[in-house]
Amino acid sequence: MKKLINAPEDVLADALVGVAAAHPELAVDHENRIIYRGTPTKAGKVALISGGGSGHEPLHGGFVGFGMLDAACAGEVFTSPTPDQMIEATKVADSGAGVLHIVKNYTGDVMNFEMAAELAEAETGVKVASVVVADDVAVEDSTWTAGRRGVGTTVLLEKIVGAAAEEGRDLAAITELATRVANTGRSMGMALTSCTVPSAGKPTFDLPDDMMEIGVGIHGEPGRHRVPLAPASSIAQQLVEPILADLDFTKGPVIALLNGMGGSPLLELYLMYGEVAKLLEKAGVTVARNLVGNYITSLDMAGCSVTLLQADDELLGLWDAPVNTSGLRWGI
Amino acid sequence: MADTASLEELTDWLARFQALVVENQAYLTELDSAIGDADHGSNMARGMNTVELKLGSPATIDALFKTAGMTLVSSVGGASGPLYGTFFLRIGTTAGAVTELDGAALAAALRAGFAGVLARGNAEPGDKTMVDAMGPALDALDAGLGSGSSIAAAASAAADAAAAGRDATEPLVARKGRASYLGDRSAGHLDPGATSTAFLFRALADALGDAA
Repeated sequence: MKKLINAPEDVLADALVGVAAAHPELAVDHENRIIYRGTPTKAGKVALISGGGSGHEPLHGGFVGFGMLDAACAGEVFTSPTPDQMIEATKVADSGAGVLHIVKNYTGDVMNFEMAAELAEAETGVKVASVVVADDVAVEDSTWTAGRRGVGTTVLLEKIVGAAAEEGRDLAAITELATRVANTGRSMGMALTSCTVPSAGKPTFDLPDDMMEIGVGIHGEPGRHRVPLAPASSIAQQLVEPILADLDFTKGPVIALLNGMGGSPLLELYLMYGEVAKLLEKAGVTVARNLVGNYITSLDMAGCSVTLLQADDELLGLWDAPVNTSGLRWGI
Repeated sequence: MADTASLEELTDWLARFQALVVENQAYLTELDSAIGDADHGSNMARGMNTVELKLGSPATIDALFKTAGMTLVSSVGGASGPLYGTFFLRIGTTAGAVTELDGAALAAALRAGFAGVLARGNAEPGDKTMVDAMGPALDALDAGLGSGSSIAAAASAAADAAAAGRDATEPLVARKGRASYLGDRSAGHLDPGATSTAFLFRALADALGDAA
C-alpha cells in the first residue's frame, strides 16, 4: 500500500484537520466527526443531514454548504457513522423546522440512521424524516439481497432537495420531493481496479489486468460480473443498457452524471461521457443537464459510474439554483 | 456451590472476546474482503478495545452489558456496531442488577440478546450472517442445560455449535448485508459476522470453563 497518510488508524482524523484548514467557511466537530455549515441553519429552514463511510469524497462533507447539506457525518473508511454522530448533527442542525436524513441503502447505514432517528426524536423532540436512496440497477433481485445500493443519485438528490430546502419548503414537502428524486434515479458502475482500504493495507479484490468488474458499488465490493476488458464504447454500452432497461428515460428531460470512482483521470471520464452521450441520443434520451467528474468515489478505484435522473421543469429549476459547497459550486 | 455465571466470569467473557477479535483482526478483515468491504476486523477490534477502556469495574451484570452494548453502538458503526451493541444491551436489560446468573437466567439473557439481533438485522437462518452461528449456539446451550449439563459444559457445546454454524455459512449465497450484492459469487467463503460470533461463543465457553 502506497498512500499519502501518516498511519492507517489516523486517516479520518487527519483528513478532517485538513478539511478544517482548507475550508474556514465550514465548522468541523473533530470529536464527533461532523462537518457543518459555518453559518447555522436559519430559522424555518428544514435541515438536510447525510453521512456514511469515508472514502467517497467529495460525498458527503464536500456537499455541505448553501444549497445542499447542513451537516455530514463521517464514518470510518467504508463504515457507516454511529447513531451518536447523527444525533449530535441532528440536534445542532435543527432550526425548529425538522431534519431530513439522507441515507444510502446499505445495511449498516440504514440501521444506524434508524437508531439515530428513534433516539433523536425521543430525546429531543426534533422532527426527523428520512429518505433512502437505492438506485443501483446492478443489484438485480432485491428479494434476495439487502436491496439496491444507494450510489450516484444521492449526489443529485442532495443538490435538488437542498435547493428546495433553501426555498423554505416544509419537512413534508421536502420528504416528498426527496422520495420522488430517489425513485426516479438509476445508476450502474464498473471498476478497472480494486481500491485499497488503508486499514486493510492491500487491494480489496484481485482483478487481472485484462479483466474488469461490471456492476460494482462504491466500496470495492466485487461486482456481479467479471468480464474481459473492452474499449470504452463497449463499457458505455454495458453501463447504459441496464439503466435504460430498468426505467424509461425517454419521457422527458434527464440529468446525467458521469462519475469517476477516484482513480480515473478526467481525460477518461470525459471520453466515457462522450460515449454515453452518443448512446443516450441514439436511444432517444434528452440530456438537459450533466455533471462529469469525481463526485461519489471509492478511494483509489479506477472506473466510473453512470447515473440518470428523470427531471421536469421543477427539478431543472432546483438543479440550476445557486449552490456553494466545496464539491459543487455555481450561480453564486 | 450453585452452578452460576458470575459477574467476574462474564467480565472475563468480554475480555477474552476482545483478545480473540484483536488477535484475528487481519483474518476477519480478509474474510470481509472476499465478500464485503474489508472492515469487519478493524471495526470489531476498535469496538472491543473501546469497550475495555470504557468498562471500568461495573457493580452488576446489567451495568456490564449496557456499558459494553452502548460503547459498541457508539464506536463501531457499520452493521456490526448496532448488531453486537443491541445483543449486549438486551442481555443487560434481561439479566438485571445482579452479580450472578444461574443457567436458566443466563440462557434467557442470551436469548433476549439474540432476539434483539434478529429484530435489528431482519436476518433469518440461512442468510449467511451472524445469525447462522448464534442460533445454533443458543440451541445447543438450551439443550445442554435442559439435559442437566453444567453451565460450563453447555457453554462449551454452544461454542462448538457456533463454530459448526460458522462453517456451514461457507457454501451459502448471502441474502443480507453487502455480501448479498455478490449473488452466487458469495458462495465458497465463510461469513465474517458468523466467524466473529463463533469467537464470541468460544470466549464465553473459555470464561465459564475456567471456573468449572
